[in-house]
Amino acid sequence: MSIQPVHFYQTGTFTVGNRLLTPEERSVQANMQRTNSLNSGHRACQGCGEALGARYAIDAAMNAARGRLIAANATGCLEVFSTPYPETSWQIPWIHSLFGNTAAVASGIAAAIKIKRQKGQADDVRVVAQGGDGGTTDIGFGCLSGMFERNDDVLYICYDNGGYMNTGVQRSSATPPAARTATTMPVGPEPGNVFGQGKFVPAIAMAHEIPYVATATVADLRDLEYKVTKAMGMRGARYIHILVPCPLGWGAASEDTILLARLAKETGIFPVFEAEGGEITDRLKIRRKQPVEEYLKRQKRYAHLFGKKPAVATIARLQAAADKNIRRYGLLDQEAN
Amino acid sequence: MEKPFAITLDPGSSLANHTGSWRTSRPVYLDRLPPCNKQCPAGEDIQGWLFHAESGDYESAWRHLTKDNPFPAIMGRVCYHTCEGACNRGKLDESVGINSVEHFLGDEALKRGWKLAAPTTDSGKHVLVVGAGPSGMSAAYHLRRFGHRVTVHEAGPFLGGMMRFGIPKYRLPRDILEAEMQRVVDLGVKVELNSKVENILETMQAGKFDAAFLAVGAHIGKRAMIPAGDAAKIIDAISLLRSMEGEDKPMLGRRVVVYGGGNTAIDVARTAKRMGAEPLIVYRRTREKMPAHDFEVEDAIQEGIMVKWLSTIKQANESSLTIEKMALDSKGFPQPTGEFETIEADSLVLALGQDVDLGLLEGVPGLQVSDGVVQVAANMMTGHPGIFAGGDMVPAERNVTVGIGHGKQAARHIDAWLRGEEHVPAPQREVATFEHLNTWYYADAPKTVRPVLDVIRRQSTFDEVQGGLDETNALFEARRCLSCGNCFECDNCYGVCPDNAVIKLGPGKRFKFNYDYCKGCGMCVAECPCGAIKMETEEI
Repeated sequence: MSIQPVHFYQTGTFTVGNRLLTPEERSVQANMQRTNSLNSGHRACQGCGEALGARYAIDAAMNAARGRLIAANATGCLEVFSTPYPETSWQIPWIHSLFGNTAAVASGIAAAIKIKRQKGQADDVRVVAQGGDGGTTDIGFGCLSGMFERNDDVLYICYDNGGYMNTGVQRSSATPPAARTATTMPVGPEPGNVFGQGKFVPAIAMAHEIPYVATATVADLRDLEYKVTKAMGMRGARYIHILVPCPLGWGAASEDTILLARLAKETGIFPVFEAEGGEITDRLKIRRKQPVEEYLKRQKRYAHLFGKKPAVATIARLQAAADKNIRRYGLLDQEAN
Repeated sequence: MEKPFAITLDPGSSLANHTGSWRTSRPVYLDRLPPCNKQCPAGEDIQGWLFHAESGDYESAWRHLTKDNPFPAIMGRVCYHTCEGACNRGKLDESVGINSVEHFLGDEALKRGWKLAAPTTDSGKHVLVVGAGPSGMSAAYHLRRFGHRVTVHEAGPFLGGMMRFGIPKYRLPRDILEAEMQRVVDLGVKVELNSKVENILETMQAGKFDAAFLAVGAHIGKRAMIPAGDAAKIIDAISLLRSMEGEDKPMLGRRVVVYGGGNTAIDVARTAKRMGAEPLIVYRRTREKMPAHDFEVEDAIQEGIMVKWLSTIKQANESSLTIEKMALDSKGFPQPTGEFETIEADSLVLALGQDVDLGLLEGVPGLQVSDGVVQVAANMMTGHPGIFAGGDMVPAERNVTVGIGHGKQAARHIDAWLRGEEHVPAPQREVATFEHLNTWYYADAPKTVRPVLDVIRRQSTFDEVQGGLDETNALFEARRCLSCGNCFECDNCYGVCPDNAVIKLGPGKRFKFNYDYCKGCGMCVAECPCGAIKMETEEI
């Protein structure tokens, strides 16, 4: 793996920091002087994975850009809970765009900075665009694809919680199969969201052959920070897709947010990898493989699979999808850790 | 300031929004009791001293350790380390080699000449300690640190008691024993060797002692009624081990039969092997029922010592023994079968347990003796005010570690008693069980096994069998500690809080919660590797 693993400091590389590590070996989040880009007092639910993922990612980006960063933010949970008028939780220059045009707004900021730098009116300022899966995979997809295609100098970060959560948990094109949402109720012969539809935007981003595409979860902080830092070291269009569990929409306990993200990765349901120029260059291996049930049964959106008569066939289809990810992305390895 | 169209309020920070009011339960930091500490008969804060060893600060680790136990180099060799059996890491890969790190710290202290902290006060009280074994010397150390004057009376010619006369050299080299004993003496403990206390009350009166701690041990080998011919050579295990310390080594012959199944039987058999004999242990029950520690039995068998299970000795003759085979009944007790056999034996060593010499206690009013041991209250005091007792002479498991623990406890109670107070031990903290841990965060790291002297060498010599760790692997081993129940500053809670509601206080100062913003999601509790946070319901 590209992150240098630290061995045997009780917890190795897995914890946020450790008193026995040198400061360079610790994560950005371990630092007492971290930006706290998304400050306390925001109105996200208890145990919000998106609030956590956003702070992880933007703190790392701020660290990499030495504090010179502008963020454009699509409409969505992240925007709603962080900036109820007139308060803001953001401690960085931040602009709220429409639901669908964040990528375009960020492209515009990047273009403006480019011109200002050419005229000697500004130093280098980096641009990040961020949004949820609704604003990215559905509504904002056209602008995003255009940003990729023009190779605009923007890092786009998608926080994927698998649905439109703040409007009442409706389905998005990132909602996984069989999951219950307000618009995919567990009724009929194939309850929950359908199989075979939806998009996996990291693969679509790779098809644009942009310089950098990566996936990450809130369960692997070191990996997430490494990827954001690496992306910030590159120019052109870059895309990071972060899985952020949603206690409300997934029907999970608030303390299980990181556990669920970890299980999504350990089951193979969510592949964690990176790609450059459209080719996969590395993946985060599964450390302790788990069957998909371990992930599914902790979420009420899959409760209909575990009724009096368990939906064995549906669970088998989800397991098959996870196994396919494991094969396709090479997620299993005999060398542990 | 003029505001743009449709804007009526100045921008503000979300810090105005105290999301802590959403909370129905709150996380709180706590220090749980690690299972190793709970298990330690000497009451060592094992997790506490490993914490210092983890950062390579061996002197602090040693100082922390010796607050409870002044003999780490001895402990690192002879302690049966039941702490390792309790270690939570055992459920993950292998338990932490606590005993080997203690061994390393003990040796490091001797190598570097670290001294025990001298007492800073003088209470003016004078305490008599009878017996310079582990319990007596531990009590002397702790009493001295409380500022009392201490005089130790020892019947024998050396310090160490059973550590010298009961534990063979291959387990505890004598220079190590002497060095650790001397360190206690250097604190100003007065020792009188070869001065057996015949009558405790007279000795206390003569020396104007304010209190006494008795730790005379159990030295009298139990005899079994075995019909024996005149020429049969029968010796008890303790006498044999004691005579190994003198100039004249005992003559045992080639075929030595050891009768018994405890650790002493194993010690004797391994000693005999080193003297060139062919020892055979005869035990009346099965290996599973044997009171000796399993790893000691394993070591002995590896060294080529034979064991005859389910057998009792009926008759001893000049060069043979008559043995009756036994069978376990439904309750697991051995019953005679009436089947006999004869085995050749040049000598028979009885390792059937030991009795206490209680002569010095005759005529002491209030004192209670039953089952051959002195009864003590929870504060280690006998029925006679001012006379305390511990170690092998009171009802308890008999081993060095228990003895050292008794010495510490008794010292605390004696100190309180001398001040007319009562020592109330702190209430035990809740135990950090495996279920409290989030083991995802611990990297797999197998135990560093100490070098074991190769079998051929240890069959023929008295060289120490267990080697020590060196600095690199001792550090590695210490860092395998999971720090169960006690924060080790991994920054996880600080990192995983979605609300920035954990305040990092800086190196060594741990963390605190900012309850103005903590929503009570419980993620810090779930992701704390070591179980040092718990949720408490809010009073609403």
